[in-house]
Amino acid sequence: MDNLENKSPFLEIRGLTVEYFSKETVVHAVNSVDLTLEKGRTLGLVGETGAGKTTIAKSILRILPDVGARIVSGDIFLEGTDISKIPEPEMRKIRGQKISMIFQDPMTALNPVQTVGSQIEEVVALHNAGSKAEFRRRAEEMLELVGIPKERYSDYPHQFSGGMKQRVVIAIALACNPELLLADEPTTALDVTIQAQVLQLISQLRERLGTSMILITHDMGVVATFCDYVAVVYAGSIVEYGTKEQLFDHYQHPYTTGLFGAIPNMSLDEDRLHPIEGLPPDPTDLPKGCAFWPRCKYATERCKQEKIEMTVTSDGHLCRCCNLDLLSQEGAI
Amino acid sequence: MTEAIIQRARGAQPKKKSEFVRVLKQLSYNRGAMLGLCIFVLELVIILLAPILAPYDYAAMSSAIREGPSLAHLCGTDDLGRDILSRILYGGRYSITMGIFSVMIAVVFSSVIGSIAGYFGGRVDNIIMRILDVIQSLPGMLLTIVMSAVLGSGYFNTILALSVNCIPGQARMLRAQMMKNRDAEYVEASQSINCSRLRIIAVHLFPNSFSPLIVQMTMGVANMILMASSLSFIGLGVQPPAPEWGAMLAGSREFFRSSPHMVVFPGLAIAITILALNLLGDGLRDALDPKLKK
Amino acid sequence: MSVPVIEAKRLKKYFPTHGGILHAVDDVTLKIERGTTLGVVGESGCGKSTLGRTIIRLLERTDGQILLNGEDISELKGKKLRQAREKMQIIFQDPYSSIDPRKTVEATVCEPLKVSKRYSKKQIDQISDELMELVGIDHRLRVSYPHELDGGRRQRVGIARALALNPDFVVCDEPVSALDVSIQAQVLNLLQDLQEKRGLTYMFITHNLSVVRHISDQICVMYLGQIVEMCTTKELFTRPLHPYTKALFSAIPSTDIHSPHKPEILEGELSSPINPKPGCRFAARCKYANEACLQPQSQEEISPGHIVRCCRVHEIN
Repeated sequence: MDNLENKSPFLEIRGLTVEYFSKETVVHAVNSVDLTLEKGRTLGLVGETGAGKTTIAKSILRILPDVGARIVSGDIFLEGTDISKIPEPEMRKIRGQKISMIFQDPMTALNPVQTVGSQIEEVVALHNAGSKAEFRRRAEEMLELVGIPKERYSDYPHQFSGGMKQRVVIAIALACNPELLLADEPTTALDVTIQAQVLQLISQLRERLGTSMILITHDMGVVATFCDYVAVVYAGSIVEYGTKEQLFDHYQHPYTTGLFGAIPNMSLDEDRLHPIEGLPPDPTDLPKGCAFWPRCKYATERCKQEKIEMTVTSDGHLCRCCNLDLLSQEGAI
Repeated sequence: MTEAIIQRARGAQPKKKSEFVRVLKQLSYNRGAMLGLCIFVLELVIILLAPILAPYDYAAMSSAIREGPSLAHLCGTDDLGRDILSRILYGGRYSITMGIFSVMIAVVFSSVIGSIAGYFGGRVDNIIMRILDVIQSLPGMLLTIVMSAVLGSGYFNTILALSVNCIPGQARMLRAQMMKNRDAEYVEASQSINCSRLRIIAVHLFPNSFSPLIVQMTMGVANMILMASSLSFIGLGVQPPAPEWGAMLAGSREFFRSSPHMVVFPGLAIAITILALNLLGDGLRDALDPKLKK
Repeated sequence: MSVPVIEAKRLKKYFPTHGGILHAVDDVTLKIERGTTLGVVGESGCGKSTLGRTIIRLLERTDGQILLNGEDISELKGKKLRQAREKMQIIFQDPYSSIDPRKTVEATVCEPLKVSKRYSKKQIDQISDELMELVGIDHRLRVSYPHELDGGRRQRVGIARALALNPDFVVCDEPVSALDVSIQAQVLNLLQDLQEKRGLTYMFITHNLSVVRHISDQICVMYLGQIVEMCTTKELFTRPLHPYTKALFSAIPSTDIHSPHKPEILEGELSSPINPKPGCRFAARCKYANEACLQPQSQEEISPGHIVRCCRVHEIN
C-alpha cells in the first residue's frame, strides 16, 4: 500500500468480497480486493465489462441491491471509520454528502418526471438544515457551476442533450461538496468532444474543491489524463496497482500487457491489433488459481493451482502474478 | 459463458431438433405446467369417455330432488332430480370445447388484424383501431347476444358469437407488441437481406410479439366458459337439457343456500379447468421463450 | 481506372418532423474503390449511420444519385432492387438487437440464402457451414440462441449473415463499439482478414478515431449531415485541415503520459439539424469563425484527394 507522508489513507478497502446470488447460481463479482486512496488524489479503476468495478463502487456506498447481492466480507474504512459496518441511518448521512456517485448513463440516472433543479435541491435538502429558498439558491449555484444557465432550473431532463444531462448528474453529485467522488464511466455514453468538456469540468471542480475521486473507466486515455493511481481489475480481483507512471511505463501483468496491446494506438502505425485470446471467465465458475491463466501465454502449473498473492515490485507497484521473473527473462516486461 | 456451453457440447453432435420437440422438452421441466397438462389431458379423456363413465343419463329426471352427495349420486342431484356428476361429465364436452374453440378462432382473426395494424401503422392502424374501439365499447354480453340472435342458437353459432368478444383485446395486445418490436434492428437486418414484408411479419415479428397473448388466451377460455353460461341462462347459446357447466351454475343460483352442492360441483369443475389451463399457459409461454431455456 | 464499387453524388436524406425538416444527410459526394475501406467518422447526430443506410437503399434517399459498380441504383424497384441489394450488405452496431432472439445461429445465417430462393437445402447447409468457419463460429454453436453467446460471437453471426450472399460492398455501422476492448481487436482483425480473402469493400462507420485508423484507407469526417473533410488516412492523421477535425483529434485523451496535450475544448453544443441555416454548420462552435462563414460553404480540393469544406482553410493552416 502506498503511504505518502505517513498519513493513514483517506479511503482504505481491505479484503472486500461481494457476491450476487440467485437460486441456482452464485456470481463471484468481487474477490478479496484491497485498495487505498489518499485525500485529494484520483484512483483509476480499469477493466472490462463484468470485471467488478461498478460493484466495488456500489459496495463503498452500500447501494447494492437488497435482494440477490451481499458483501461477504471485508472492511471499508473512510477516514478511520469502517463504513461497511455502521447502521443504515448513519450511512444515509454519508451518502450524497461525504461520498457521492456519478453514474454511467445520464439518460437513465435522472428522474424523468422531476425538474433538474428540484433533483439538485433534493440532495441539498436531505443533508442540510435551512429554508427552501436557501436550498433553491444552492441548486442554482450548482447549475451555474456546471455551466448550465440557472434559468433552466425548471426544465425536465428530456429537454437536455446527453452532455448537459451528465452535467446535471455531476451537479447533483457535487451539491454537498463531497469528500469522495465515485465516477462510474461518466463519459462513456458521450461523444468525444462532449467528453472532453465534461472531463475538464470534473477536473476543474476536483481542483477547486479538493475532492478525492475513484474513476471507473475502460478508456486508457482518460486514465492517463486524470488519474494519479491506477488499479487494473480482472474477474473481481486487482491484478495490478501502481502510480500512473509505474503502470503506463512499466506495466507487468500479462492482462495489463494484453489490454495495452489490444487498444488501437493513435500514434503507432500497426497493421494488426493484438487481441487477448479467449474470453473473460464465467463469474459463476471462476478457474482455480489465477483467474487469468486460461488466456495467459505464460501460465504454469502453479498458476493453475495456487491462489496468487500480490508481489511488490517497486515502491508501491503491485502485481498479482507469480511469474514475474520468467516474464522479465523472456523480455516480456 | 459461451465457453461453458462449448465444454458441455464437447463430444456431443448437435442434433437438428425441431422447434416443436424443443418446446415440449422445455415444458417438461416446468412442474406446474406438467401438472396443468396432466389435469387437462385427464379432463379431455374423461369427457371423451363420458358415455362409459357417467352413471346415469344426463337428462334423466328422478324423484330424488336436490339431494346432497350420497353413494348413489356422488355429487348429488339437481332441482329436477338429475345426477349432477353425469351432467358434469357430459357438460365438459360443451363447456371445454366451446371455451377453447372460441378463443382459438379469435386468435386467428386477432393475429391477422393485430399484425396488420401493428406493422403498417398510420392510417391502416387508425381505421382498424377505430373499428375495434366500436366493438369494444359495446358491453361484451350485449355484443354476444346480438351475434347469437343473428346467428341463431346452437353449439357452433355460440362459439362464433363468443369469439367476437376476444378479438379486440387480443388484437390490441398483439398490435402493441408488434409496434414495440417493429423498430428493432433485426427487422432492419431482415429488410437488408430482401425478406418480403409478409416474411418479416410472420417469421420475425409475430413470434417475438406473441407471448403475452398466450397468457391472455388461457384467461380467455375461462371467460368464455362463463359467458357461455350467461347465454344459456337467457335462452340463447346451448339449449337445455344440454348440461353446459355455466348453465348448471346459473340454474343453481337460487338454491345456493339450501343445496350448495348444486353450485359447488359445477363451479369446481370450471375452476379446476381454468387452473389447469393457466398453469399450462404460463409454462407454454416460458417454454416458447428461448431466453429461458434450461 | 477501374469503376468504383460505390459512388454517391450529392446525396441527400431529409426527414420531415414536427419542428421542420431534419437534414440528416446533406449533399454528400463520395467514391469508394474496390477492395478499400472508407472510414466515416463523426459524433452522434452527424448522419453517418443514415448515410450508410441510404446508400444501400435501406432508407429511401430524398435526392441525389447512388451508383453501384457504375450502375445507377437510386431508382431501382422490384426484382432489380433485390438483385442490387444482394451486393450491398450491412453489419449492425448492437449485436444484441440485430439478431432475431428467437432464431438459432444457423437459422440467422441461412436466412439470406433461403430468401434468395436460388439455393437448394444441401447448398444452403454447405454454404452456411463455410461461412461459420470463415468467421470463426464453432460448429457446435450452430443450434445456440443469441442470448447464449457473448457479444463478440453474436457479432460474428451478424458478419456471417452479411457475407452470405457474397456482397461486393459492406456497410459496417460501428461494428465494434458495443464490444469490450479485447474482443474489439478480435473482430477488427477478422474484418480485415475477410476483406483480403473476399475482396470486400467497406464503409466503416465509427466515432472512434483510433479504431478507424487501423482499418481505413480513406476517411471522411462528417458534421451535421455534411462531409467537412475527406482524404487518405495517413493524410488525415498527419495534416488535418478542418477546424472540426482538429478539435476532434484534440479532444481524444492521449495515452502518452509524458507528453500530455491540453485539449482544445469546443464550447457549446451541436446546433440543430432541423431547418439549418445556410452557411457553415460548425461556425457556432468554431474559434476561427467570421463573416465569410455565414455563406453557404462548398467543398474544395486542397491537394489531390484531400477535400475540405471550409472557406478559411488556407488562412488557418
